[in-house]
Amino acid sequence: MSKRVAIVGIGTTGFRATTPDVSYRELTYEAAMKAYLDAGVEPKDIDSFVATSEDFFEGYSIADEYSPDQLGAVLRPIYTISGDFIHSLASAYMMILSGIGPISVAQGMSKASNMLTLSEMVTFAMDPIYNRPLKESPHAVSGMEMARFMYETGTTREQCAKVVVKNKRNALNNPYAGHGVLIDTDYVLNSEVISYPLTQMDISPHSDGAVVVVLAEEETAKALCDKPIWIRGIGWCSDTPGLETRNWAEAIYAQMAAEMAYKMAGIRYPRKEIDFAEINDEFSYKELQHLEAMRICKKGEAGPLTEIGGTEITGEFPVNPSGGCLGVGNLYELNGGHKVFEVVRQLRGEAGKNQLKNVTTGLAQSWRGIPTTTGTVVILSN
Amino acid sequence: MRRVAIVGAGLTKFYRNTQETPKELAYEATKMALDSCEMKLSDIDCVVHGTAPDAFDGVHMKGEYLSDGSGAYRKPYMRHFVGGGTGVLSPIHGWFHVASGMFDTCLVVAEEKMSSAYPHPAGAFLTIFDHTTEQPLYPTLIYIFAIEMNRFMTTHGYRKEDIALVAVKNKKNAMDHPSAQLPAEITVQDVLNSEIMAWPVNRLDISPTSDGAACVVLAAEHVARRITEKPIWIDGCGWSLDTAYWTTRDLYYPDYLEVAARQAYKMAGIKEPSKEIHIAEPYDPFTYKELHHIEGLMLAPRGKSVQMLVDGHFNRNGNLPTSPSGGLLGVGNPIAAAGLMKVIELYLQLKGTAGKRQVPGNPTCGVANAWGDLMQVGTVVVLRS
Amino acid sequence: MEITKKMVEKTATKLSAEEILGGKVLSVKWEPKLKYAWDNGPAIGRYLAELKNGKIIAKKCDKCHRIMIPPRMFCELCWVPTGEWVYVKDTGIVNTWIVGYVDWKAKRLDIKGGVRPITPGIIEIDGASKGMGILHHLGEVDPWKIHRSMKVKAVWKPPEERTGSITDIKYFKPTK
Repeated sequence: MSKRVAIVGIGTTGFRATTPDVSYRELTYEAAMKAYLDAGVEPKDIDSFVATSEDFFEGYSIADEYSPDQLGAVLRPIYTISGDFIHSLASAYMMILSGIGPISVAQGMSKASNMLTLSEMVTFAMDPIYNRPLKESPHAVSGMEMARFMYETGTTREQCAKVVVKNKRNALNNPYAGHGVLIDTDYVLNSEVISYPLTQMDISPHSDGAVVVVLAEEETAKALCDKPIWIRGIGWCSDTPGLETRNWAEAIYAQMAAEMAYKMAGIRYPRKEIDFAEINDEFSYKELQHLEAMRICKKGEAGPLTEIGGTEITGEFPVNPSGGCLGVGNLYELNGGHKVFEVVRQLRGEAGKNQLKNVTTGLAQSWRGIPTTTGTVVILSN
Repeated sequence: MRRVAIVGAGLTKFYRNTQETPKELAYEATKMALDSCEMKLSDIDCVVHGTAPDAFDGVHMKGEYLSDGSGAYRKPYMRHFVGGGTGVLSPIHGWFHVASGMFDTCLVVAEEKMSSAYPHPAGAFLTIFDHTTEQPLYPTLIYIFAIEMNRFMTTHGYRKEDIALVAVKNKKNAMDHPSAQLPAEITVQDVLNSEIMAWPVNRLDISPTSDGAACVVLAAEHVARRITEKPIWIDGCGWSLDTAYWTTRDLYYPDYLEVAARQAYKMAGIKEPSKEIHIAEPYDPFTYKELHHIEGLMLAPRGKSVQMLVDGHFNRNGNLPTSPSGGLLGVGNPIAAAGLMKVIELYLQLKGTAGKRQVPGNPTCGVANAWGDLMQVGTVVVLRS
Repeated sequence: MEITKKMVEKTATKLSAEEILGGKVLSVKWEPKLKYAWDNGPAIGRYLAELKNGKIIAKKCDKCHRIMIPPRMFCELCWVPTGEWVYVKDTGIVNTWIVGYVDWKAKRLDIKGGVRPITPGIIEIDGASKGMGILHHLGEVDPWKIHRSMKVKAVWKPPEERTGSITDIKYFKPTK
């Protein structure tokens, strides 16, 4: 692939537990306006659009119906991915490489506050014949996974709790984050047990919000902005959907998605060649599990590294300086969108109080949540 | 941009109720497609899946659930959808994967098991409408399509008995299709005498609800040449969505389809579609829709498609055979799989391997389209041998 | 090797509804409990509030000058925020319509037993821009006498029964 593609515009509404003042339409419209302004484009300049939605999250059947209006994409090439935002980003990226046109847009949105029966919804995603009749709580799945991960890697509950403390503290300095708070590890360890070893504080609370990202092919990108953020590698992978056949300790999907992205980016030693990462931490242990799957840490090393502050903003390899899902909120299919947004802010030097020093390459990673084993990775450089 | 070809295809039988789970249906189509070109799953670089909505199969995030059945275990896998337009979007989405240079081979799978929704899949359609301004009025899909058909008829002065010929033609064409759910020899009078569902739509104006799956294998040119002597090329792709405010559009003409068709024709270098295209699979979930789409694809002038139908122009041995497969009206309508079935029909026809369904004259260029959502989606592919 | 009849016949096993409901093949039932509380935003929020007052309100785009119903905070075509609120009339013309013999679950209505067919249509509202319609039902009319461009007027529920919903209008009926 000879063409290079960059992110030239980002826009978000920010992320809050509720957004009662706007509908999903206005939510995306705001993010899109900001992204287009940031990129210096108008809808007519954009060649293709990709929206992200999942029917039952939006509460619509064939939710893609409602995608074009708020993006300025009426009677334009637009379609919907039911995946993570980074899947949509990859689609937009491939459309540019395929010659559809030099500018493409990816959109994602969460109105998690409008879903009143989230737990039921997750159960509804389980295998209808093998798993659903058992009526297990969705958190039984994450609890089991956490237990197996801890067992195989020697990770402790304290180390997982440290992830929560770090991310929620980072979120306090992120104006876009909705769930920042100053707590200590004891607070996490003593919070209500949901599905041992998982406690209430190990679980990220949900948030509403929207993210729109504008991509452009090299020449256009350079003409549009001073600080294009280049897509160096992108990867995605689905492991097995079956609860019975998966590897409960290792996140194979993250490993394979990361290897695909590393290969494309020519990265051999991720820990050295990447400066920081925004990683899916829907549950505290997931941050550690994903770090190890992506070879940023060796097996069993992510917990101790976190314990000594190695993943803090001031640490050797900062992870989730934005506050992650634990501090910003679980955005469901938009999780990857928030990660990409934050990596771009860091690489542009626009991350305010959370700004990392001298960063040139960042990684954004996402996972589609329980009960899936689908993950996405994108590597960005300034 | 790299040239991308279809090199293999698989299709299950379509039934109102199948015993197979959605995963198993996807598996059967995928396996058949791989077998048809003597490829193994290990030869496949990535998988895309088209299916919608989740309410039919009754699984939230059903793309995830279907992934292993679609051969995507530990592979890059993505699910896309645009309502009923999904089936024809599927090869387009797969085309990006290969044309972009990211992958050399791609499995394109489409599946729908509508029978899982009880008591009738129609109930799932209530939630496609605006939750605040429309759902409280309890509309359903048949209503809005009948609404569109009526506008189409009153604008052009079309008669129901002429439009009914589409059902007669397609169900007859389906007699030769091995997957067909509702092949039949019927008359116009049978259509007019069938029960009224929502006037002007009678029961025989509508395609059935179905379970089924379809799959095609895509390959980049250098790979395709190794697999087959006759790759069928995806030369044009187009897709677009109109506004979700569907009650504020004039439904008599599918602008969204014209936009998509123009994009696809431009990519394929087609200037005069009605002359350069030899065979078409316009999307026909309802009788009028085939004609509506023929006009939107610019294969007939606006307001003239019915006369051309009556004159036999669109018959299998006519000047421009349309839905030689038997279409959704004859073969069945497992939504996304039905759209991909149409693409598969073009593939077989252009390859010259459509058997009894083969249209005469060695066609070398075909177009398929699909449509959906709130009468707002156009997806178009142009294939060439 | 192409798709052959023999290959296709090996796929998909046909079942009848009776075989499933009668338990000849085993199946799993699941009724999802999915509930939502949608944030309507300012445009639809005001639309509903005005319906409760017995009025229909639209919003105007300052760029293309369309008066749009249902109201929206931005014009989807010009892609700019909309401007002033405009009250429109509760009369209009029928753009297109149907005569429905089945309900939304595809269950047949007992038409022979005297049940009136369901007659939804698109009503182009007077005072809104040309072609701006809404979905609603037609009533107090012989279903077979409805015609294109027929003039109609909203029949409202009594004020005490209105809840701020599109159903505060019972249906539209012919004006003559």
